Amino acid sequence: MRVTIEINGTERVLDDVWEGESLLYALRERAGLPGAKNACEQGECGSCTVYLDGRPVCACLVAAGQAAGHAVRTVEGLSTVDGELDRVQRAFLAAGAVQCGFCTPGLIVATHDLLARVPSPDDAQIREALSGNLCRCTGYEKILDAVRLAAGSPA
Amino acid sequence: MDFLRPRTLDEALAMRAERPDAVPIRGGTDVMVEMNFDRRRPGALLDLAGLAELDTWHRTADTVRLGAGVSYARIMAELADPLPGLAMASRTVGSPQIRNRGTVGGNLGSASPAGDAHPPLLTAGATVEVASTRGTRLVPAADWYLGVKRSALAADELITAVHVPVAAGPQQFAKVGTRNAMVIAVCSLALELAPATGAVRVAIGSAAPTPRRCPDAEAYAGAEFADRRLWTVGSPLPAVLVQRFGELVAAAADPIDDVRSTAAYRRTALAVLARRTLTWAWREFRDGGRRCA
Ligand SMILES: Cc1cc2nc3c(=O)[nH]c(=O)nc-3n(C[C@H](O)[C@H](O)[C@H](O)COP(=O)(O)OP(=O)(O)OC[C@H]3O[C@@H](n4cnc5c(N)ncnc54)[C@H](O)[C@@H]3O)c2cc1C
Ligand code: FES
Ligand code: FES
Repeated sequence: MRVTIEINGTERVLDDVWEGESLLYALRERAGLPGAKNACEQGECGSCTVYLDGRPVCACLVAAGQAAGHAVRTVEGLSTVDGELDRVQRAFLAAGAVQCGFCTPGLIVATHDLLARVPSPDDAQIREALSGNLCRCTGYEKILDAVRLAAGSPA
Repeated sequence: MDFLRPRTLDEALAMRAERPDAVPIRGGTDVMVEMNFDRRRPGALLDLAGLAELDTWHRTADTVRLGAGVSYARIMAELADPLPGLAMASRTVGSPQIRNRGTVGGNLGSASPAGDAHPPLLTAGATVEVASTRGTRLVPAADWYLGVKRSALAADELITAVHVPVAAGPQQFAKVGTRNAMVIAVCSLALELAPATGAVRVAIGSAAPTPRRCPDAEAYAGAEFADRRLWTVGSPLPAVLVQRFGELVAAAADPIDDVRSTAAYRRTALAVLARRTLTWAWREFRDGGRRCA
């Protein structure tokens, strides 16, 4: 089927979408946006986190057809078109919160959402907001550093 | 496979009647896992996410009509005051991402014994509203769960709403799992006090083939609270009462050994949850949190 989704501010027409396909697959394999990662396909790891109508969701658990007519923002959409990174993206790099990088896109979207809602989160709020994102490399400490760093930087 | 996208509830009900092979999908947090892992290959998906009729709630003096498509995140943000038990349970579901998509309608549709919405719906005496082209009917939550992942929903019906009585006293929810987030309950428990009628209600999840109330524990607590005139005296709960209440809750369970835990651990943990939640709820009552009439 054909599915039209507003992705990162641009209306995209995706063809040959299978009716049972996830938004994650459609983004990666049809829209050419490999930022959101597939690490579990069952909602457990959060590496596929994207905004759907402004709320972070697991793209692996949204049927692509359900996103038709809605607005999706992926990690690619957080930086400007000429590649200037968002403050959360910069903070993850600066704090050394990235090792293999597989969890990073999901954590960045989740953090971006947190800071939009809670500009100066305490540690409990950070942990709660990131509780749906697993990282198998960093031990999370550098990730917490990155969130604190981003919160202290101008948006 | 087809992807069906009704624009109105009536259209959705017509499609549901015409396409018995279609699986309804709202948040997708259960359905998409099955799709991604090839566990389910329905003839069609019937997308309910666009139906405004399912996405609203409405409060009257004593009841909230909660649309089947309202997410856990919205229940936490918008309904913690009238429905504290359900809001507490919602807060323990999955992760923020899951709570932004998952719905009570989907929890009722899956009817897993571990579903977190079930115990608070049972203690509150909620009613499930279902509709088909044949009409609408109301099913008490107590009659909803028929077996492991089996509910009273007929093949041509959709869940439209849940009618949940507004809290008439302190409500609690507690759940045991391996971490604070992203856990399917090892066991769970909802409890509420209704000072006006003197009732103590308690229900358990992940402890039997279906979520269930604990009638013996409720009757015991109700009688003890009355005999000891606790509602009027407001004294601390006697330790023997709390202990016995926990034992009776554990006795109401019919748990199994599975990958998440053992039957014996579940019984022990349920007694602990029962004692704790009764004590918390009683403290809230004594502090005057929700002293009614
Ligand atoms: C990572 C992860 C963590 C989770 N953690 C928890 C947890 O902690 N506690 C918990 O209880 N659950 C948990 N779940 C399970 C799931 O999120 C819940 O059961 C949720 O309530 C399902 O809602 P949904 O809208 O996403 O349902 P969907 O997946 O859209 O549907 C679920 C079922 O209900 C049916 N259905 C949905 N809406 C309707 C309707 N209106 N009428 C008729 N049938 C309908 C569908 O056909 C399907 O059979 C978790 C899931 C994941 C992936
Ligand atoms: S790939 Fe979606 S949560 Fe893991
Ligand atoms: S950096 Fe490897 S999983 Fe997080």
